[in-house]
Amino acid sequence: MTQAPAKSLLVPDARTRARNASERRFRLMGMAAVAIGLVALVVLLVSVLGNGLSSFRQTYVTIPITLDAAVLDKSGNRNPDEMKKVTTLGYGKLMQTALIAALAEKGVDTGDLKPKEIMGMMSKEAPADLREAVLSDPSLVGQTITFPAFATSRIDGYFKGRVTMESAARDANINPEQLALADRMAAAGLIETRLNWGFLTRPDASELRPEAAGLGVAILGSAYMMIVVLVLSLPIGVAASIYLEELAPKNRWTDLIEINIANLAAVPSIVFGILALALFINIAGLPQSAPIVGGLVLTLMTLPTIIIATRASLKAVPPSIRDAALGVGASKMQTIFHHVLPLAMPGILTGTILGLARALGESAPLLLIGMVAFVRDYPSAPPEGLFDPASALPVQVYSWTQRADPAFVERASGAIIVLLVFLLAMNALAIILRRRFERRW
Amino acid sequence: MNDMRLTEKVVTETAKITARGVQVHYGTNHALKDVDVDILDKTVTAFIGPSGCGKSTFLRCLNRMNDTVASARVTGRIEMDGQDIYDPRVDPVQLRAKVGMVFQKPNPFPKSIYDNVAYGPKIHGLARGKAELDEIVETSLKKAALWNEVKDRLAAPGTGLSGGQQQRLCIARAVATSPEVLLMDEPCSALDPIATAQVEELIDELRAQFSVVIVTHSMQQAARVSQRTAFFHLGHLVEYGETGHIFTNPTDPRTEAYITGRIG
Repeated sequence: MTQAPAKSLLVPDARTRARNASERRFRLMGMAAVAIGLVALVVLLVSVLGNGLSSFRQTYVTIPITLDAAVLDKSGNRNPDEMKKVTTLGYGKLMQTALIAALAEKGVDTGDLKPKEIMGMMSKEAPADLREAVLSDPSLVGQTITFPAFATSRIDGYFKGRVTMESAARDANINPEQLALADRMAAAGLIETRLNWGFLTRPDASELRPEAAGLGVAILGSAYMMIVVLVLSLPIGVAASIYLEELAPKNRWTDLIEINIANLAAVPSIVFGILALALFINIAGLPQSAPIVGGLVLTLMTLPTIIIATRASLKAVPPSIRDAALGVGASKMQTIFHHVLPLAMPGILTGTILGLARALGESAPLLLIGMVAFVRDYPSAPPEGLFDPASALPVQVYSWTQRADPAFVERASGAIIVLLVFLLAMNALAIILRRRFERRW
Repeated sequence: MNDMRLTEKVVTETAKITARGVQVHYGTNHALKDVDVDILDKTVTAFIGPSGCGKSTFLRCLNRMNDTVASARVTGRIEMDGQDIYDPRVDPVQLRAKVGMVFQKPNPFPKSIYDNVAYGPKIHGLARGKAELDEIVETSLKKAALWNEVKDRLAAPGTGLSGGQQQRLCIARAVATSPEVLLMDEPCSALDPIATAQVEELIDELRAQFSVVIVTHSMQQAARVSQRTAFFHLGHLVEYGETGHIFTNPTDPRTEAYITGRIG
């Protein structure tokens, strides 16, 4: 069927109009897709930031405490080993006395509350913190120090709006009179809410002390695992890629290997967890919950990603560069290491960092190798520390969301923020490295 | 200029490379069929022929660049100075230092001009110390007629030069390892006429030091720069002889057809 040519260039014919309309429709659909993605991202960020930012601030009861030498150091020679005999109970009594004295001094009306109930507004972790501070600096004994002690999570929640008078009335852990007293203490300057670095440095805490829980052990554990992953997967991955891409003969075996690497990249991470459980813990006898095992399983997971990225960037190096190097008599190794690898470096680094970022956020395989355990002791410095029990950031998020106290929901969101900051930092590093290396003309 | 070539030709009629019965297969494709050629020392030899005729393939046999193509299989005998270059004892890396190559598209390393030229001497250990290396770089760039244009910016990236300068840099890079034979695979096909003229002039100068083998699609170029010409067609070496003879009085009808533009 032939059509007569359009009569005028100024009037689009039916075909042109239909074509333009379909282009407009496609453009709209694309914009809608992007908009949906952006909305999802905004909702995620608002909810995480809204729930989690408050976990970086904490409510403290700040009172002057006289560290009575007669109670804390009976022998009087400031020997920490002897002072250890005084338990947290002893420090608790000291704090209770100091708290009630401070309330009386500021003229805060304590109503009908018994001393035990007043003391109940302080975290159970507070006497332990005080004991820790005194044992690490025995010269404090005999002095009067101003000690910021954690308030309980209920008091903290009250100042953050999570706990109300109504909810307190139904709560076994707090009553409205205590909240009213907290208001009066805040007015008298005895309670304040401020930045809590402990959230990043302290270890996890028990179910009853969410105010004291921190990410210290999880951050260390994640960092140790990332070290293991980087140290193992980068050299192994790059070496494997160079061999497969540049040196290996192209035959049925290398095809098989190539297909399997692509498949491994798609294997669910929990399968790697089962493999690690069988291989590293049951057969090799490595300790459970240890960053070395976590690092090994994440290495297995990251290797296919790194190999695929590295092979792609090796492939992208123009063959003319290889010809040039071989043409002046460079050996195969010299060609690879002097010319091909430097040109492929930005791609390799980007792939590696993105692989690491994925490994950092991985939780399923870590659950299977016991990294979900409750760990309060910091792992020691590497390399021994790699065998000490530790936690990991994503697993910490998981275990905090499992706990009953709503204060842990706030902390889980806070941990997600920390995790996201780390991921963003790694992606930024990937971009910077890529720019830096590519600028070499 | 033509007279000078004639006089020189008489002095240097010794074969540098002898090829006998060379066959190349790429997988099932029989790319080169039974080629016999003597490449003369201190002579420019041009390989001409239509695309896919095997001239580049044969060129790449001469420095064993075909080794890098997994499917390529080379049979027959190629001798340089009487030694079989396909002998299992021959390390192609060592061979390529003696047989330099310049490619169709300028392919300088993404490094400085200095490093581009210094790379070959460095990996072959041709220079003792920095001063000697500097000297090699300078003489190589001078031989490639590039020294005056780049002497003030040796640290500048080689990829920042113009196309013609890049190709001369590649020639300098090949010259730096003091080769005995220089292979050029259509070295001017990516260059403009002025740069082409410069490179052609250069080829004529390089002939004084070693034999040059050049693959070209331009018959004018072959006529201008070479003393000997080989015409390839469909994998066969159809005719080989003095350039003047090939272009004025070809013996094979196929050569005549190609030269007059009837096949190609």
